[in-house]
Amino acid sequence: MNAQPAAEPVPLITLRGVTKVYGQGQASMHALRGIDLVIQPGAFVAMMGPSGSGKSTCMNILGCLDTPTDGSYRFEGVEVGALSRNQRALLRRHYLGFVFQGFNLLARTSALENVELPLIYRGMPLAQRHARARSALAAVGLSGWESHSPAELSGGQQQRVAIARAIVTEPAVLLADEPTGNLDTARSLEIMELLTRFNTEQDITIVMVTHEAEMAAYARQVVHFLDGLVDGGQSQGAE
Amino acid sequence: MLGHALLLALREIRRNLMRSALTMLGIVIGVASVIVMVNLGSGATAQVGEQIASLGSNLLMVRTGQHLGFGQRSEAEPFKLEDAEAVGREVGGIAAVAPGSSQPMTAIFGNRNWSTTVTGSDNHYFPVSNWTLTKGREFSASELRAGAAVCILGEGVRQELFGNQDPVGETLRLNKLSCQVIGLLGAKGQSAGGRDQDDLVVIPLRTFWRRVAGNQDVQMIYVSAREGASTSKVQHDIELLMRERRRIAANEDDDFNVRDMKEIAEALTGTTKVLTTLLGAVAGVSLLVGGIGIMNIMLVSVTERTREIGIRLAIGALEREVLLQFLVEAVVLSSFGGLLGILLAVGTTYGLSALMGMPPILDAGIMLLAFLFSAAVGVIFGFFPARKAARQDPIEALRYE
Repeated sequence: MNAQPAAEPVPLITLRGVTKVYGQGQASMHALRGIDLVIQPGAFVAMMGPSGSGKSTCMNILGCLDTPTDGSYRFEGVEVGALSRNQRALLRRHYLGFVFQGFNLLARTSALENVELPLIYRGMPLAQRHARARSALAAVGLSGWESHSPAELSGGQQQRVAIARAIVTEPAVLLADEPTGNLDTARSLEIMELLTRFNTEQDITIVMVTHEAEMAAYARQVVHFLDGLVDGGQSQGAE
Repeated sequence: MLGHALLLALREIRRNLMRSALTMLGIVIGVASVIVMVNLGSGATAQVGEQIASLGSNLLMVRTGQHLGFGQRSEAEPFKLEDAEAVGREVGGIAAVAPGSSQPMTAIFGNRNWSTTVTGSDNHYFPVSNWTLTKGREFSASELRAGAAVCILGEGVRQELFGNQDPVGETLRLNKLSCQVIGLLGAKGQSAGGRDQDDLVVIPLRTFWRRVAGNQDVQMIYVSAREGASTSKVQHDIELLMRERRRIAANEDDDFNVRDMKEIAEALTGTTKVLTTLLGAVAGVSLLVGGIGIMNIMLVSVTERTREIGIRLAIGALEREVLLQFLVEAVVLSSFGGLLGILLAVGTTYGLSALMGMPPILDAGIMLLAFLFSAAVGVIFGFFPARKAARQDPIEALRYE
């Protein structure tokens, strides 16, 4: 079903003419009006644009949380639109990691338990799960904070826990929705350094929504959204 | 998958200990009340059975007159001693027969007096009514023949008049009759009707005739059927004999009646069993209400935890995994509540039984049933909120504030 020319590697993500319409008839709202986007493995993409431009909708579709109204979304050549709700959940479980603006950690739950949550759903045994979660926390510089609950951590630390939770499964893609939106500049830069490191050292593809140019500067590919359309996605270096 | 759902569910319960405890409370009380009701009911049934047995096994009581309702009896010619003798002679399947007449009297010893019931009878009275002598002796043949002034006391009368003193050999007065205490009966406790059975004095029948009643009537004939004999057959034979002796025409009603204590016992235990079932059913409703409580809390909790559910779904939890987690939470809460309820019920059963002077009976069947029912309540009332949680749209759930 995905006959690709042998010379070209299969892109990680391919969007072709993706539209998203909310509501019906008069009340319908076109969030996306036909988006074409290619993301190669190992890319670091920033999606920018004013609010309401469709970047969050696009993010939800990329994250398999939502499906396009029309058009095609292929993930490693697989047509996501043809997958069931459960199959999309499995795709998220095995290939995607999420980081949100509001951290979205489980309250009254230790950092370690938060990080190991995706591993529980993967059915990993306890000892292995704890070891992986500990090393993920160490990778974001939170060794020794394992037993702290989110309320006992600063915003920057909470976002690090969230990043640890996203990368603990060694996902193909990390989707970050305004990861620095709730943080001050110093914390934001730390988070960006961390993302960059995972991108270069562990080869995790990163797709990030942001409206701060300073943060977008860390990405190697910037996609500008406006009124549900993109400007193609010019490269800030090697694509 | 079930193991992980259990792990996640236990973490959730631990995260919200207070809410979990309050949710469980409904089930705890529901389960405990069902079990306590049934246990107390079983205790009451056992107690009634014991009390009936204390009246005398296979006891039939023949009285003159017919029961007219509201405690009234029709007037009828009293029995004579010959009637009792005839029963013993002519009716088959009988172990013993005792004639008896009773009258309330005041017993006086020293400066104490006590209103009690004095019964005139013979030595057959004791085995027939299931009395045993703990002290002293029965009436001698000459005392019975001569109508001697001797008496045998029930434990209740002894306590009231003699306290810690040994009554045997002492002389007490029954109204104007002075009589010597020759024996003491073992305690039987309260009857099923709440009357103190030990509140009695027995004297020889002739003594009763001459010194108390002033006539030679026999008010009651006590009959005990032989072990293994059919009490209803004995009852029927006594009825036939009495109709003949009292010359009752075929179209006339009996002017006496024969009460079979076994029948009464069966009726009484039947009644307590019905009451037990009824109380158990009422308590079952509270268990149901406890289940609805769980559903209510779980529904609130699903709304409250919308964001958490969104996170789980985004991370890659399957719909059925979220469903299972919430279901397991409900079942763990309800079955743990069930266990606590059983513990509470055991304690309460012992406490209340002691308070009501009943034998504490723990019905293992109802405890198991109540526990299984509480777990089932978790499944039934947990399912709807769990499905609601699992069907959330992850995007909406993540945005939920």
